[in-house]
Amino acid sequence: MPRSRFVTHLAVGAVAVLSLRCGSNPPAAERVPFTPTSDAVVLEQVPATAGDARARERAALRRALAAQPEQLDLALRLARLDIEESRMRGDPRYLGRAQAALAPWWDAASPPPGVRLLRATILQSRHEFPAALTDLDAAVQEDPRNAQAWLTRAVVLGVRGEHAEAARSCAPLSALAGPLTAAVCEAQVKSLAGRSRQASALLTDALARGAPGPEAEAWALSTLAEAAARSGDTARAEKLFVRTLALDPGDAYTRAAYADLLLDAGRPREAATLVRGHTEDDNQLLRLVLAETALGSAEAAPLAAELAERYAASHLRGDGLHAREEARFALHVEKAPDRALTLARASWDVQREPWDVRLLLETALAAGKPEAAAPAVEYLQATGCEDPGLVALAERVRRSLP
Amino acid sequence: MSRLASLLLLLAPLAALAHKPSDSYLHLTRDGNGFSGRWDVALKDLDEVLSLDAEGDGAITWGELRARQADVAGYVLARLALGADGAPCTLEPGSAARVVRHSDGAYAVLDFTARCPAGPAALDVDYTLLFDRDPQHRGIVRVANGSASETLVLSASKHTARVSLEGLSPWRRFGDMVVEGVKHIFAGLDHLLFLFALLLPSVLRRDADGRWVPVLAFGPAVKDVVKVVSAFTVAHSLTLSAAVLGFVSLPSRFVESAIAASVIAAALNNVFPVVRGTRWVAALALGLLHGFGFASTLADLELPGGSLAVTLLGFNVGVELGQLACVAAFLPLAFALRGSVLYRRALLVGGSAAIALVACVWLAERAFGVGLSFT
Repeated sequence: MPRSRFVTHLAVGAVAVLSLRCGSNPPAAERVPFTPTSDAVVLEQVPATAGDARARERAALRRALAAQPEQLDLALRLARLDIEESRMRGDPRYLGRAQAALAPWWDAASPPPGVRLLRATILQSRHEFPAALTDLDAAVQEDPRNAQAWLTRAVVLGVRGEHAEAARSCAPLSALAGPLTAAVCEAQVKSLAGRSRQASALLTDALARGAPGPEAEAWALSTLAEAAARSGDTARAEKLFVRTLALDPGDAYTRAAYADLLLDAGRPREAATLVRGHTEDDNQLLRLVLAETALGSAEAAPLAAELAERYAASHLRGDGLHAREEARFALHVEKAPDRALTLARASWDVQREPWDVRLLLETALAAGKPEAAAPAVEYLQATGCEDPGLVALAERVRRSLP
Repeated sequence: MSRLASLLLLLAPLAALAHKPSDSYLHLTRDGNGFSGRWDVALKDLDEVLSLDAEGDGAITWGELRARQADVAGYVLARLALGADGAPCTLEPGSAARVVRHSDGAYAVLDFTARCPAGPAALDVDYTLLFDRDPQHRGIVRVANGSASETLVLSASKHTARVSLEGLSPWRRFGDMVVEGVKHIFAGLDHLLFLFALLLPSVLRRDADGRWVPVLAFGPAVKDVVKVVSAFTVAHSLTLSAAVLGFVSLPSRFVESAIAASVIAAALNNVFPVVRGTRWVAALALGLLHGFGFASTLADLELPGGSLAVTLLGFNVGVELGQLACVAAFLPLAFALRGSVLYRRALLVGGSAAIALVACVWLAERAFGVGLSFT
């Protein structure tokens, strides 16, 4: 496992280096059809079947399934490998391929064991949370000893703002996956619910008792860093983000969260340095655009145009997955608060993470329609949020109301 | 988006969404009895189905793609069926493959021609590329006829479409925008009230000591109304065009508040006259403001591609038609009632006061965020 991860990290690294050269900002001349000048010109990077055992295994499984698509064990294995590949490469194509492997059971109301967890993982990646939760509820009943199912269920419930049920889904993890996993799960829920101080204390204790490996440690540190950021402890959050990224530089989620911390702290130059070179990823490009815009640099306009083009491509295919990020883009880059509010509402309809709450509050204020933030204010009250940033924002909204 | 950690195998696919999923771009352009086609398909997708990377080194070279271009064209074109009025068209690959870059990497560009029996009135598209390998794949299909075009998004669950080529004309687009313009006039109460406030006195005139007296003939009343409405139209067309073309941009909160204020001003002027006799000048000045309001509506309509000139002209014509319809309903009635006390007291003074009051509420809402919403 560590070895194969190392190989994929190398591959991801190679792609990242390549992307600096030709990936995210193709030269204008290549935006129109062209004929390469030599046969040796490299056009695209794909998994190397010659050197990558996993790519070979996936290809073999796919051939076997093409002949007999109903072989459940092969399909489950392939779907799992595709989902892992999507995570390592950040390429949602592999999630579609995983869905294709599960095609015979994809629409089944009660699919055979093992299908539900994978199907839910794919569904939640497309923000189809209610369908994912239906599968996860059934999956934990089907196999109450499946730690992955409990954990995924806890995370999806947390994203939806159903904190009490999410915490209940963390409870079995202590026996099934060890105390640190359970602690991280619980702390994540507390942090999402606005009790980041409690989350920090819980994680600090759990980490003091040791981590089973570097991956678990990175996960716990990243959760702790985010909790520290939400509780307003910028200095501690920053130290923790740096440590997490040192353990796993490919962790896009943590990189984006650290960039947000720097942007909030009024340090756009450092935020730009952190994410530059990772802009294949739309979320990192957004942070770079926000940073360059804050700096008023000449780079801001072309980068914003690039990001707007990616959002347009996503709209063209009918996706609304970027609503939260687009709300930030509309608010800070396009300076269109009404549009930003519409987008923040669209995100709010789907998920309830601190960023969704914050954006509904911020865009409603910016658009001069504080009453539009009422659902967020009520939500913070109902969940008993204590995190200072959100509490202060909600207070500003309350004061703007008549 | 929360992160699912890497501790257990499946965690963190949430982050994967920050990259573009699989799309192909198919452009079909009407060409005589058939179509000329250009199809951009991602090399990452083609590699998955055709194993383009012959050396297996993880890098697709131009040489590797060139060696397989017949396979690529065969595979891709077999997954598109075009039909004209029910009869199938034949697809023939064109010149050698080329390459293009989209935001997520390199795509093979396949040029082809489609020959159809006789000039079709409607094109049937059946698109089945890659859905078996990636149900999240989308075919972004653009069908163009002259300067007009329509974009389709085809998916595994909706992979066929019929495009009416006759409907793909700038005239239809123009017609759609006229309808939108008319709708906007009737949906946006503020523009209508503004207009009414300006029109209420049009069947009256002030005599020497400032009292309202009815005009004698229908002709001068019509002339007066035409002047007011035309001035309003000219003004809002100017600012609407300037805003849509990006020459000027004003914060929407300011525009919406100022529009409310303009309604108050127009209504109060009927009760306590300040500006006399030159209502068309007021219509011209305040029309400039209303144009910015129309522009934000137009921006919200998520315009499909197409000529901006056609869009703007259509929308302006629609707004104008909507206004004329109101005037046509209002003027004969007002003319008939002009001599009555009811008109001069209740309608002119009372109506104007009511309009001013409603507009005050809007102003409070828009400028100060006071929530009294009853609109």
